[in-house]
Amino acid sequence: MIRRPSRRAYLGQWLLLLAVAAGGWIIVGNVGENLARKNLHFGFGFLEQESHFDIPFHLISWTVFNTYARALLVSLLNTVLVSVLAIVTATLLGLLVGIMRLSVNWLVRNIALAYIEFVRNTPQLVQIIFWYVGVLQALPSPRQSIALPGGILLNIRGLYIPDAVMDPDLDWLSWLALACLAATPFVWRLRIGGERIGRKALLLPVLALAFFAAGVDHLTYPELKGFNLAGGTQVPPELVALWMGISIYASAFIAEIVRGSIEAIPRGQHEAALAIGLHSWQRLGLVILPQALRIMVPQMTSQYLNIIKSSSLGAAIAYPELFAIFTGTVLNQAGKEIETISIVVAIFLTLNLLTSLTMNWYNRRVALVER
Amino acid sequence: MRSLLKVVTCCALAAGMLGLAGESRAQTYDVKSATMDAIKKRGELICGVDTGIPGFAFQDASGKWQGLDIAYCRAIAAALLGDADKVKYIGTTSKVRFTVLQSGEIDVLIRDSTLTLTRNTELGLAHGTVNFFTGQAFMVRKSLNVAHVKELNGATICVLTGTTLELNIADYGRANNIKINTLLFEKSEEAFAAAESGRCDGYTDDGGSVAAARSAMKKPSDWVILPELISREFLGSMTRQGDERWNILVRWVHFAMLEAEVLGITQANVDEIKKTATNPEVRGFLGLEENFGKKLGVDNEWAYRIVKSVGNYGENYAKYFGPLELPRGWNELYNKGGLQYPLPWR
Repeated sequence: MIRRPSRRAYLGQWLLLLAVAAGGWIIVGNVGENLARKNLHFGFGFLEQESHFDIPFHLISWTVFNTYARALLVSLLNTVLVSVLAIVTATLLGLLVGIMRLSVNWLVRNIALAYIEFVRNTPQLVQIIFWYVGVLQALPSPRQSIALPGGILLNIRGLYIPDAVMDPDLDWLSWLALACLAATPFVWRLRIGGERIGRKALLLPVLALAFFAAGVDHLTYPELKGFNLAGGTQVPPELVALWMGISIYASAFIAEIVRGSIEAIPRGQHEAALAIGLHSWQRLGLVILPQALRIMVPQMTSQYLNIIKSSSLGAAIAYPELFAIFTGTVLNQAGKEIETISIVVAIFLTLNLLTSLTMNWYNRRVALVER
Repeated sequence: MRSLLKVVTCCALAAGMLGLAGESRAQTYDVKSATMDAIKKRGELICGVDTGIPGFAFQDASGKWQGLDIAYCRAIAAALLGDADKVKYIGTTSKVRFTVLQSGEIDVLIRDSTLTLTRNTELGLAHGTVNFFTGQAFMVRKSLNVAHVKELNGATICVLTGTTLELNIADYGRANNIKINTLLFEKSEEAFAAAESGRCDGYTDDGGSVAAARSAMKKPSDWVILPELISREFLGSMTRQGDERWNILVRWVHFAMLEAEVLGITQANVDEIKKTATNPEVRGFLGLEENFGKKLGVDNEWAYRIVKSVGNYGENYAKYFGPLELPRGWNELYNKGGLQYPLPWR
């Protein structure tokens, strides 16, 4: 019929695409029909409704009069917060344990081994609940808070840190501080007369701190008032438990990636570094790690994606993240299963695709340019 | 040949008509229900229940399901299938319960769930009857010296997510100008643990579940249930919309359990009463007279089987809520000052 093989292949692919599209169409039609039969209607109009429930922990303001759309934003920020914290912690911890794993010291090496094997061979949810129920709930009640230096209080309800109340007339100082921080990495790379500014740019964050401090009106300290501590900022134990649970779990996998990547660097590199008289930390920091980084990055990407997805385990320990609030409370109050689930899936997909894009961009930057 | 066929057809028709005439005394009732047919074909009722809460639905030491809601599942199976043990229980969290029902995974949801307007409309659920009248109650530590919910300003309360309770607390706070912080848990185990350890000042749920929660604490006497109820939580059974007859049967199983109590028929004396009954109401109930069962799409012995295998409402209440020290209150019969009533058996 069609002689040229390439044409035939084309035809096959188009037919397959058509079949997939038809399948999708049938599924969508089916869902609509089934929903209609159950007197349910598909639509995202419910996002405009007032929510009338409370979200215990929020980074931006939240009242019961806010809409479901705002609830989405509040819980999304909670998800992003714990994901970012966990990614940073897991990376640092993983790097440390991974290097420990290659230590010449028997004890250090085996502690790292035991840590990795223990952590990655127990379920993640069990670990999170262990941190929450087993560790953090053993802390004392608000009335017997542990007083830490600097007016910080620690109890079962969380870590209470003194809060800085900014002087509203001087809020330009805060903006200046933010601008200083944002400019730091760019100034770092600037060249003046062919010479990089480099470390001198670290003056900027110090300046930022000074600006920030100058804008503070007064500090509020947490103190016991009624049932709870009032004043200051509260870091809830749910956040800490989830953060620790995810970071520690991921750090074990990252440690193995770090070890594998370091071991993949040819022996000759070690010997060369040794030959030019670098001591052990210099060998690691200047020669081995920069090369191992190239091997690490693609694998780290999938660990980061796992961390973001694991944040949904917060639902088990009352951390109000996207999954708990949106597919829990909102789904039940609004009764919109398909809509809420699709929103949550779409958001996780977007978050993870963005992370992948960023990591791929970084990967291309650090990759060896082959000539 | 053809004429022979005609004769045969005529005879058959005549016989059929005679048969119908004979039947008309015993009258047939055309009850069409896709759900009931499916259950009979399957030989098993699939009942959505709580994952585990004392009083309503819990597994005993031998792994057998017990509780008031379980008694209802068993009663429906006894009525429809003739055997109270032909039930498969699906434990559902408060989050997924309605989805599981809507998707057809279960036949009926009897899971200490509040019947509400939104659930009746937006969620496409058909309400059965209220098997437990209660309201949202609070349990707090005695040592906090709180006597009224209004005094809970600033307190943190553990709640289960995906419930009417979350909305009630927020509404109550708004109405009384106080702020009660909540901590939303998906499962009661973690919520109880958090309350026990002092992460929250108390726990809130409907009255029956709070009593159950108190019984689950390490030292129940350390906890006090505040007398004020901040909402109506009328818990009951739900089915899918679009199968009216199935919903009607579920409803009348509840009335059968109440009617038995009104008539003084218990699991222990039902056989005795059946033998000696002269009271027309009792005879009608036990299927010795009338066609109540057939009108519902089951046989006339259905109510007898319910009482025989499950017992009446009062017996089950005493069995499952007695140990929790929860007085019957609203759940007393209508003629004893309560809200529980069976519609007339006529």
